[in-house]
Amino acid sequence: MKTLKINGREVTFSNEKNLLEVIRKAGIELPTFCYHSELSIYGACRMCLVEEKKKGLIAACAIPPREGMEIKTHTLKLQKQRKMTLELLLAEHERDCTACDKNGNCRLQELARNLGIEKVRFEKKDKKLPVDNSSCAILRDPNKCILCGDCVRMCEEVQGIGVIGFAYRGSNTVVTPAFNKRIREVDCVDCGQCAAVCPTGAIVVKSNIDKVWEAIYDDEKVVVAQLAPAVRVAFGEAFGLKAGTSTENLIIAALKTMGVDKVFDTCFAADLTVMEESKEFTQRFGKGERLPQFTSCCPAWVRFVELNYPSLIDNLSSCRSPQQMFGSFVKNYYARQLGLSREKVFVVSIMPCTAKKAEAAREEFITSGDPDVNAVITTQELIKMVKEAGIVFEDLKEEPFDMPFGFATGSGFIFGATGGVAEAVTRNLAEEVQKFKDVRGLDGIKEARLRKDNREIKVTVVHGLKNARDLLEKIKAGEVDYDLVEVMACPGGCVGGAGQPLPNNLIKRSQRARGLYDNDNRMQLVRARENPMVKLLYEKWLSTPCSEQSHRYLHTSYRPKRRIEGSDIRFSSEKGQMDIKVCIGTSCYLNGSYDIFKAVDKKIKENNLEDRVNLEATFCLENCNGSPCVEVNGKIVDKASKEKICRMIDELA
Amino acid sequence: MIRTIEDLYNLHEDYKEAMNREKMKILVCAGTGCVSSGSLEVYEALKEIVQEKELFVDIDLMEGGREGVNVSPSGCHGFCEMGPIVRIEPQGYFYVRVSEIDAPEIVEKTVENNEVVERLLYRNPETGEIYRTEESMPFYGKQKRLVLEHCGKINPENIKEYIALGGYQALAEAFEMTPEEVCQVVLKAKLRGRGGGGFPAGIKWDSVRKEHAGQKYVVCNGDEGDPGAFMDRSIMEGDPHRVIEGMIIAGYASGATKGYIYVRAEYPLAVKRLQKAIQQAREFGLLGENILDSGFDFDIKISKGAGAFVCGEGSALTASIEGNRGMPRTRPPRTVQKGLFQKPTVLNNVETFANVPLIILYGADNYLKIGTKDSPGTKAFALTGNIVNTGLIEVPMGTTLREVIYEIGGGIPQGKKLKAVQIGGPSGGCLTSEHLDLPMDFDSLDSAGAMIGSGGLVVMDEDTCMVEVARFFMDFTQKESCGKCVPCREGTKKILEILEKIIAGDATMEDIKLLEELAETVKDGSLCGLGKTASNPVLTTLRYFRDEYIAHVKDKKCPAGVCQAFKTYYIDPEVCKGCSKCVRVCPNNAISGEIKKPFSIDAEKCIKCGACVSVCPFNAVKEG
Amino acid sequence: MAAKQDFKRSFQRVNEIIEAHGRNPVELISILQEVQEEYRYLPEEILNYIATAMRISPSKVFGVATFYENFSLEPKGKYVVKVCDGTACHVRKSTALLNALKKKLELKEGQETTQDLMFTLETVSCFGACGLAPVMVINDEVYGKVTPEKAEKIIDEIIKEEGGRGNDQDH
Repeated sequence: MKTLKINGREVTFSNEKNLLEVIRKAGIELPTFCYHSELSIYGACRMCLVEEKKKGLIAACAIPPREGMEIKTHTLKLQKQRKMTLELLLAEHERDCTACDKNGNCRLQELARNLGIEKVRFEKKDKKLPVDNSSCAILRDPNKCILCGDCVRMCEEVQGIGVIGFAYRGSNTVVTPAFNKRIREVDCVDCGQCAAVCPTGAIVVKSNIDKVWEAIYDDEKVVVAQLAPAVRVAFGEAFGLKAGTSTENLIIAALKTMGVDKVFDTCFAADLTVMEESKEFTQRFGKGERLPQFTSCCPAWVRFVELNYPSLIDNLSSCRSPQQMFGSFVKNYYARQLGLSREKVFVVSIMPCTAKKAEAAREEFITSGDPDVNAVITTQELIKMVKEAGIVFEDLKEEPFDMPFGFATGSGFIFGATGGVAEAVTRNLAEEVQKFKDVRGLDGIKEARLRKDNREIKVTVVHGLKNARDLLEKIKAGEVDYDLVEVMACPGGCVGGAGQPLPNNLIKRSQRARGLYDNDNRMQLVRARENPMVKLLYEKWLSTPCSEQSHRYLHTSYRPKRRIEGSDIRFSSEKGQMDIKVCIGTSCYLNGSYDIFKAVDKKIKENNLEDRVNLEATFCLENCNGSPCVEVNGKIVDKASKEKICRMIDELA
Repeated sequence: MIRTIEDLYNLHEDYKEAMNREKMKILVCAGTGCVSSGSLEVYEALKEIVQEKELFVDIDLMEGGREGVNVSPSGCHGFCEMGPIVRIEPQGYFYVRVSEIDAPEIVEKTVENNEVVERLLYRNPETGEIYRTEESMPFYGKQKRLVLEHCGKINPENIKEYIALGGYQALAEAFEMTPEEVCQVVLKAKLRGRGGGGFPAGIKWDSVRKEHAGQKYVVCNGDEGDPGAFMDRSIMEGDPHRVIEGMIIAGYASGATKGYIYVRAEYPLAVKRLQKAIQQAREFGLLGENILDSGFDFDIKISKGAGAFVCGEGSALTASIEGNRGMPRTRPPRTVQKGLFQKPTVLNNVETFANVPLIILYGADNYLKIGTKDSPGTKAFALTGNIVNTGLIEVPMGTTLREVIYEIGGGIPQGKKLKAVQIGGPSGGCLTSEHLDLPMDFDSLDSAGAMIGSGGLVVMDEDTCMVEVARFFMDFTQKESCGKCVPCREGTKKILEILEKIIAGDATMEDIKLLEELAETVKDGSLCGLGKTASNPVLTTLRYFRDEYIAHVKDKKCPAGVCQAFKTYYIDPEVCKGCSKCVRVCPNNAISGEIKKPFSIDAEKCIKCGACVSVCPFNAVKEG
Repeated sequence: MAAKQDFKRSFQRVNEIIEAHGRNPVELISILQEVQEEYRYLPEEILNYIATAMRISPSKVFGVATFYENFSLEPKGKYVVKVCDGTACHVRKSTALLNALKKKLELKEGQETTQDLMFTLETVSCFGACGLAPVMVINDEVYGKVTPEKAEKIIDEIIKEEGGRGNDQDH
């Protein structure tokens, strides 16, 4: 144990990463904007400056504690310094607080209040940047951005994507997608983690509250809600309960009070997913096909694969996620049971997740204009709705889920934590698996093995897309070999989803996960196939897992997606007789499409066809399975070769 | 190819002999300044004539042994204003503003008849005195050119000349020592980083030496971004091998085998010269594997900047070499632990490395005899602004400002009074006439609230408005802020806004208070050196010229008569002939009157553009 | 017609440049510098292509390309005129020089490049040629002690060399 002095008092420390942690452990709250224990040190907001006897002013987040340091955290100079820094931030910040989504939950606002900023002495910012509302998941208002970079580091370091980054410099610096495009036009997977770490209202979760209220007040509509497992263990945090406390029965009561007609459990749909997914796995494993099988419950992960690993799309389980299975059986089965057409039933999901909003909007899940899931709200939005409805949380009386989709086994609950899906599937596969602790916990990559029918099944579980990317690279390189891979985009799995209450840190995430496993422990039935209600649904509607019927309603397909809109390389604006677009997206590029481009260009030149043939380089034709591909007069040629395309040119000539 | 130390000394003798056959050497300055004034044409013309007359020899003509005259491009003499400059050796004649038509005369008179061409000699504009040789000019007389010793005297594009003058022998000597011993010599010589901070180079080297890491790096900072500073440019252009030699020694001492030179993009000629020098050093075996049979490998790569002042800051510079946005990072870890590519890195600037061969060759004890006790050696300064002789100078540390300005610089033109000297670039600080006898070394300047910085010295006369100067510098640092930390990004912008308000006559005393508070915040709170010093121009001008600020705010006056907002224009009725030219150019119809009678300006309407002043044929429009 | 050919050749050059740097992300700045020499600016689609070929995110390429002053995402003129506004030049009236050039090139407030893409006018902090202040650089050629009149003459000479202004749209 080493010691240092903070404000004259001796404090011990051992392996704290930085001074800030030591100071906070000593019970002194230093303000920060750009510090997140799970992200790299940035040291730019300068709010955590402290005075060290020898070194003067230093940023506590960036300095490791050392024996004998003498720190002062609150001196007149420091107070002045912090106030001025904050005043500077406020000067550039759009201070339209009452109309801001983050009102009451904004760190900037909180600090301004705590530090007693009464007046901003500087001129207001003159120019306004456009608000980006293109995404289903998040809303970006750069005018509120304080450039702490938390979102940038989250996207880059934890998710390994780097959709947004810093651009320009000095006072012109902004956080933006490449080329100032809108979020929807780039390779964002909608995980929303940027919003979860944003200290201000610059990136917030896009709200669907109004849509839900409209449906509730529409007498024509029956509003059916589903409640995801991770929501119930986090909801109570907003009302003073400890993270991990199960509050589903209170949530049901609140929803019913608001006017929701039926409240079902997404855990039920999770059990159904396990049925389908374990069957699918057994089939694939038996034939040794399309292995490893990737879970497909996490829509951010699914989109990540579609965007970045087109060659591995086939490895994704074709199962829809529990949310979409739920939407499907409610719209296609339950509505009929109620004697209603599907449009009359309004399905609202309550999710910890922002990507679910984008998932619900996927065209595969929309039947003649009517989506299977009409609206997705996050835990945070639910909390807002409860407050809007004037519901007094303490006065709520617990209510049970509605039937028949209100019952789940232990497997359904643990879906909300990383490793949960893999555990639920293996429980369903192998009789001897009761608890599969190897896949639990918050390690970035977990590995486990189990035996079934004298064969070993190799399972791995990752969370955070950076970890997923590392894994996929290894799989592609043939360095590792697995049979079943579970991926959740958010750190900790769904309990750490971007729609969860703030703070959404490591401690909260593990407490919430604990809550889910407690639920699991309470259940007699722990395997999906033991769920009587699931059995009933098969008997009445689906016949067996992976039957034709269940394929139709519970499975889906995926396709490669282009990573960035616009940006094709055109060499001419004129129209020729023949238009050739060579794809130079990553997949085609790696498969040698540039050589085709060169050969075609040479061919055109040699035969003097410049006026007749138009050559373009395009970034993605969304047909990566056929890489390299070339589009000739609007038609895609798969597995193109230079010979093939040159022959086509000859035919024209 | 030089394989051993013996090879080097043998070759040195050969080249020296070859150079001795150059009975006369015509050096035509080929620095950026002189090139733009047309020195390359002068060089070609001189060479052609000398060749025609079959007098030409050079170091490459080893065989034959004929004596003759050499014509060679050279590095910068520092007196760019007088370019193109031609120096004749051994006489030391110093011809200024030479053009190609002067070439025949130079050859005929000076080369063939050893006569000086009087009209090409430098004439002091103030006194009219004429100087025959470089050494006799007061501009050079007070200087001590050690680091710049070869600049202007050798052909920077020919490694042989460098070797002939003893080049790379310091490296050979270093190889006779252990790396630790080399560090000790540098440490003992108290070599301090010439880039600004003045941190002892030996400590850096030794720290890197002690780090256990597979790969270590030596990085040379050639991102001389301070406006008004061009010491490093001159060294890189004029004596590139000296920098390379210094870097190899640093690599040997610290255990680094790879070097990078980061050169700002505005210095294309420096890049070209360095590239050539590196190429030649490789061909000669002085870069690459097993240099001089020492078992030590070293190679250098050039990294070209892309236009960002902040990249002069160490961690921003390494970020830039790594292909990233040049944004500084917090420390620790320090560069010596985790610098370039997260590896231990020796980072010094050009001038620092250029000092190294000197120290090794002459020994720490001799080096310590130059300069002051705690700042030994010399320092190069770029002398610009309102001064008679602008140019590059090198003086021993501790030389006073007075000696620099009045003896070397020739004083202020038109007998005007000195008002201030901006030292160390935009984020340095200003000194006033009360500091004239302050010795210029790291610590004395620091105590005066200024810093040596990279060594820019901008002299300002009495007609300069210090508020406007502060605005000018803030405008620069504000634009060059990387945007990472809040105080620098937002603070410099707000400081600039307040300064603009003061200059426009719209400020109150509250604004000055806010300005001061803000300047302190930026200084104390910023992340990197650029931010921490960004508000220095404001703080120092407030310290020494507060009354000027107050005059702008309270009296709505600019004491120096510079700031447009406070200017008034009037027409002197005594002088005005009523020609109406001014009426026609006035963009705001502020002038009225009858033809052939005196006109007048409506002060309310006048936008102070000054258009009338420039068209008046009788100088009747006056400023007041 | 000619322009079309040029763009294809430039695109092939881009590939050569990327290959020459071994597709190493560390070399991004050098690659962008060389690509800009080819196109005189950095077209969005080419930056995107560089990101694809080097397997780095387009936002990173965009971030680097917008950080450094020498990179331009807008087409630049064939002649880039840089007026030094460093301390020494400023003191010796570089502002007057700049204004004269603006007027000569008929540039509006905020406009940097002429309509015909012949000239781009910029300011630079320092070329380190302070002895020759005020300094102007046109495509790497340095002009010292430039007066407004001298600058106008230099521009006129370039225009003359280019066969006059307004005729180059047909290329």
